[in-house]
Amino acid sequence: MTPKQKQRFILVSLLVVGLGAGIGLVLMALNENINLFFTPSQVVAGEVPPNQRFRIGGMVTENSVEKLDGELTVLFKLNDSVEEVQLKYAGILPDLFREGQGIVAEGKLNEDGVFMADQVLAKHDENYMPPEVVHALKASGGDYYDNEKTE
Amino acid sequence: MIPELGHFALILALAVALVQALIPGMGLLRRRADWMAVAKPAALLQFILVLAAYGILTYSFIIHDFSVLYVANTSNSELPLIYRLSGVWGAHEGSLLLWVLILSSWTAILALFSKHYPIDMGAGVISVLGFISIGFLLFSLFTSNPFIRHFPAPIDGADLNPLLQDPVMAIHPPMLYMGYVGFAVPFAFAIVALVQGKLDAAWARWVRPWALTAWVCLTGGITLGSWWAYYELGWGGWWFWDPVENASFMPWLTGTALIHSLAVTEKRHALRNWTVLLAIISFSLSLLGTFLVRSGVLTSVHAFASDPTRGVFILAFLGLVVGISLSLFAFRAWQLRTLTPFSLISREMALLANSVLLLITMLTVLLGTLYPLILEALGGGKISVGPPYFSRVFIPLMIPVVFLVAVGSLLRWREDHLIKVIKQLRTPAVLSVVFASVLLLLLPGKVSFVAWFALLLTFWVINSCFVQLQQRLRHSQSLMQGLRRTPRGWYGMILAHVGLGFTVAGIALSSVYSQEQDVHMVKGDARILGEYRFELVGVERITGPNYQADMGTIRIDKNGKELMTLHPEKRIYNVRKNIMTEAAIHSNLMRDLYVSLGEQRNINTGAWSVRLYYKPFILWIWLGGFVMVLGGLLAVTDKRYRLQVKQEKIKLDTHHVTAS
Repeated sequence: MTPKQKQRFILVSLLVVGLGAGIGLVLMALNENINLFFTPSQVVAGEVPPNQRFRIGGMVTENSVEKLDGELTVLFKLNDSVEEVQLKYAGILPDLFREGQGIVAEGKLNEDGVFMADQVLAKHDENYMPPEVVHALKASGGDYYDNEKTE
Repeated sequence: MIPELGHFALILALAVALVQALIPGMGLLRRRADWMAVAKPAALLQFILVLAAYGILTYSFIIHDFSVLYVANTSNSELPLIYRLSGVWGAHEGSLLLWVLILSSWTAILALFSKHYPIDMGAGVISVLGFISIGFLLFSLFTSNPFIRHFPAPIDGADLNPLLQDPVMAIHPPMLYMGYVGFAVPFAFAIVALVQGKLDAAWARWVRPWALTAWVCLTGGITLGSWWAYYELGWGGWWFWDPVENASFMPWLTGTALIHSLAVTEKRHALRNWTVLLAIISFSLSLLGTFLVRSGVLTSVHAFASDPTRGVFILAFLGLVVGISLSLFAFRAWQLRTLTPFSLISREMALLANSVLLLITMLTVLLGTLYPLILEALGGGKISVGPPYFSRVFIPLMIPVVFLVAVGSLLRWREDHLIKVIKQLRTPAVLSVVFASVLLLLLPGKVSFVAWFALLLTFWVINSCFVQLQQRLRHSQSLMQGLRRTPRGWYGMILAHVGLGFTVAGIALSSVYSQEQDVHMVKGDARILGEYRFELVGVERITGPNYQADMGTIRIDKNGKELMTLHPEKRIYNVRKNIMTEAAIHSNLMRDLYVSLGEQRNINTGAWSVRLYYKPFILWIWLGGFVMVLGGLLAVTDKRYRLQVKQEKIKLDTHHVTAS
């Protein structure tokens, strides 16, 4: 091999080894860390595989928030104007968490069909809706403005 | 009337940008010196016009002209002057104007320095920057005009988002933009080199200070942003792998690769294609970042509400820039190939390996960021990629990078001997193991392999810097003389590498040894974290200048003695009714104590949810970032760049006189 060829050979093998390692890591990590998104209707319909972590998005149902005394646990319901899911969360709620507000939660369903959230996200200002929530509301066919009025 | 003048100035700037792009560009292709001479005045004029537009928008903020829709949406009559000035870039339209302003400033500075470059290089670079400016001015004028009026004018404005009412937040966006836009200059140099089909050592020397400056700004911007998130978002996180953070981190990764690859191109004339490719990728990623932030495709704290035409526009512009520059690269790169061989054990190889690793790391971040968007666009459903993905991939890829940082800078150019290097590194390696182990035993808390390994890497980097210093001083007669003879660029490199070591140690130690508790507390309750006892003394209502707040009083004891009292707040701002969590933090180099109020859980018992944190060594994360910035600044100001540029100019100008 000429020095030039040798250099190119080294470069190419470096790239191949590096990319291979990168791809391997990516596939491994992606497998374990992708969270699918489900709407309350899909959860009630049983579309979520058992024991899987996922994200759920919807509106916090009016008058559903219950803060247990003496501990951090909060119970509340999320709806997409058609179905409703019970959530349980032990932690500090985000500042923008409010009844009637669109939020996204991450966690797992327990045996009783209660969503055990370990993360609750409510970003932005009061007029903002996470795109996932808008999507959930649209997908369920309900219109959330009407929903708000009727309640 | 005044805002219309601003709008008019922006339109004129577009006209000048067209001239700046087209005439010197044609001049470069046709070899017409008189056409190329247009570049400098056009660049300066465009800068003045954009500055005028920007000044007028600022003026509208200062005098509270709420008939300007943008001012009405982002300011308020109660807003203090400093935040009215920074409010100019507090939302989409103004921050885009800032983008254009920074681009035209870089171009103007380059134009002022243009006598240091051969006339065709200067004109070509200014022309390419002009094309980029055209794109962004069109974007601003057609989709995000900040001067749009709104009648009748509202009585008062909607106020600046309280999250942005913070000194660090006032300088974070301009820093970041200076970095983003700064990579436009190496990009423009790369394009001109491809068009001309030639790239010499002088080219690398011209580009290095620009790439370094952009890198310094980006490093500073990212560090500030992370620090801000830590103390202002109220929950103690400092990096979330949020898509917008990734958008700034990806050009940083390739930009870091670029400044190292440029060193090889300058010193050894090698890796020229690779350098050019990295310059193109870094700027493309800056544009991608702008697209991700501005298009509203992301759920993020940074994404301003925006309409889809903006996203489409930037995506089209991004496609155009990437498409043209990569095709140019594909057709012309072979002309830049070099025949400078280097062996497997050489500094070139170490730098190449690290820049390849950085590029691969960037690709994994890119994948994690775009995967959900692409899957959704293809109808594959909605997913999110969690932060664990990024840490799982990022950390293993960074370990060899940090390892090689220490080795690479010790190796000789072209060819070195493995045995010699191992001998040199034996002492630092042993010392690293000793230091890391001793420090780990001194630290409170359980012994952790992760923490030990990170400390090992940190000391490995720092110790190798000492070996390099020793090598440098070997031939000098006295210590002082040796130190004085060493160029600033070298000190810059050492400082930046030490900064990297600090950051690695800070990240690892703070994530391994942090203690966190979310607790339910009533008055008089206490919790223990590490050696510290946190007691809730009380919560009272207070009134601030433009907010109301509940202020907690938390007493912290150590070994039964009172150490301090912290006052976290929960604020409600008067105008927008935003709720803000103001954490109370006590920092020093050893540890941070961090307290923030969640919410009132029960009005009758006065119970609150409270977050308590003990975070050892977390300050070192940002300290490392600032040390890297300092290193970069030292390297930029190395006098070598100025001297060499002048010599090149004389040589090349005579060449041009004979050529024409």
